[in-house]
Amino acid sequence: MTLIATESLTKTYGGRVTALADLTVAVEPGIIGLVGANGAGKSTLIKILLGLLAPTSGRVSVLGLDPTSDPAAVRARVGYMPEHDALPPDLSAAELVTHLGRMSGLPRTVARERASEALRHVGLYEERYRPVGGYSTGMKQRVKLAQALVHDPDLLLLDEPTNGLDPAGRDAMLALVHRIGTEFGISVLVCSHLLGEVERICDTLVAIDGGRLLRADRIAAMTSATDVLAVEVSEGTEELATRLAALALPVTRDGRMLLVPLVDEGTYDQILGAVAELDLPLHRLDQRRHRVAELFAAREPSHV
Amino acid sequence: MSEPTGVIHDIGYQRYTGPRLGRRHVFGALYLHGLRTVFGLGRSAKAKIFPWLVVAIVTVVAAGVTAVRSQIGQVVMTYAQFADAMSWLVIFFVAVAAPELVSRDLRSGVLPLYFSRPLPRGDYAVAKLFSLMTALWLLLGAPQLVMFLGAAFTTDRGMGGVWDELLDLLPGLLYAALWAVVFASIGLLVASLTGKRAFAAGGIVAVFLMTAPVVGVLSIMPSRTVNELAFMASPSTLVGGVGNWALGDLLVPEGQGGGMPIGDFGPVYAATAVLLVATCVTLLLLRYRKVAAR
Repeated sequence: MTLIATESLTKTYGGRVTALADLTVAVEPGIIGLVGANGAGKSTLIKILLGLLAPTSGRVSVLGLDPTSDPAAVRARVGYMPEHDALPPDLSAAELVTHLGRMSGLPRTVARERASEALRHVGLYEERYRPVGGYSTGMKQRVKLAQALVHDPDLLLLDEPTNGLDPAGRDAMLALVHRIGTEFGISVLVCSHLLGEVERICDTLVAIDGGRLLRADRIAAMTSATDVLAVEVSEGTEELATRLAALALPVTRDGRMLLVPLVDEGTYDQILGAVAELDLPLHRLDQRRHRVAELFAAREPSHV
Repeated sequence: MSEPTGVIHDIGYQRYTGPRLGRRHVFGALYLHGLRTVFGLGRSAKAKIFPWLVVAIVTVVAAGVTAVRSQIGQVVMTYAQFADAMSWLVIFFVAVAAPELVSRDLRSGVLPLYFSRPLPRGDYAVAKLFSLMTALWLLLGAPQLVMFLGAAFTTDRGMGGVWDELLDLLPGLLYAALWAVVFASIGLLVASLTGKRAFAAGGIVAVFLMTAPVVGVLSIMPSRTVNELAFMASPSTLVGGVGNWALGDLLVPEGQGGGMPIGDFGPVYAATAVLLVATCVTLLLLRYRKVAAR
């Protein structure tokens, strides 16, 4: 089943500003990263997916439904976490999420139960009875995620979920999103302008720029051919480099590390053998993915 | 979760397969939530002060009127007159309640959370409007019920007296509903324009009070037609004019005087009131159409 499909989707505001231009993309269920610079059209796309904006032309389907003709059916199965501050400060998280659960059609008692469940899943326990106004940014982001989760959607649309979080908070939020996508069995579309962030948790990556599709593919397909091994030894880096070169391995230096393209399992043995022979203290040896950013780097300068 | 051992079991995420209620139930939930909000229920103690102060005032006035009537045996204030007399309080009540209902949501940015749910955008506005109308009607109607009960228990004409009282009460309640509909429509429209509660409250009071001098000026113009139509310029006097025409001596008992000289323009007043409410509701819906798309 196709999760989200768009066909020549175009959105212009007032006939002048083009937010989306002829966007055709189809993605499968899983965790999808939607990346693009600010103003690339990410939020516009999300609003079209929710049926809040009508596209100027083109077609769109979400979970097999058309949000332009049947927005209520789409929204019943989708959870949305907006980018900006969206919480009334004088309500407690428990009250707010319960109320919003009822707005999604949950019966009263079910809404209360599922609200505390959702808050527990995002990591809010006793705090949930305090007014939201006193929460930290990280807690507020969690409440926004909980309200998107309360009615058990089939798809979550998260607009910049790591916005305003410190590095530890980012990692926690990304881990949570990853858990929702894998353990909970809910598909997630994560919007971000930080490629390095979403590539860690996504199965599929959709990159847009200026409203146009840059690339959409599964992460595995983007990076499989480019895996490298990073080797770091506490001393004797030069000797090792020479030795590895002698073994016909194309070594490159990267700071204190040596990068060796991973051809097959034999590469590990060759490197370990060389290190052992030279009797060097091995600091680390790990497989490193090429960052997806490098895949886009070649295309992007044309827009500057 | 009440394990005696104190161990917390992570039962993992549970999918929900139970019923999902339809539009009518969601609308009802939002309506009740709004009605509770107006009276500060489920909110902080601070939010309860003003609404319940107003409720206390109108109840005390109603009780006082009833007590006086039972003592001296004369009708001090008819049911419909009660609504008129309390109109100032209603203005301030609207000025506090309407921003509480809509400006707060605009300010906190919570609207995207509503509009990303199945609820149609018009339903949000209409549910809030009904909440405010109901609250105002209760505010004006409940004290009338107090007056009715007082009168019914002290009547010396048996069931016939109770029946007469009831026939007086019902138009009074309808008149209270007219107040509620007109004031709620205008108040909510003004409040929906700004996220700042103080501005919204000021705007509402301004709309109701600043139009009063216009009525004053128009009613001393040297034209009888203008004088008779003057009361349409302000919402309060417009409602009064409609009441004057429709209720007659229930609002202005013979011999008391003080009625509005609206001549034969009664139906025009009624039509204007309907038009005013329709315009306000239309503008309110248009406003939320725009807000939702943001």
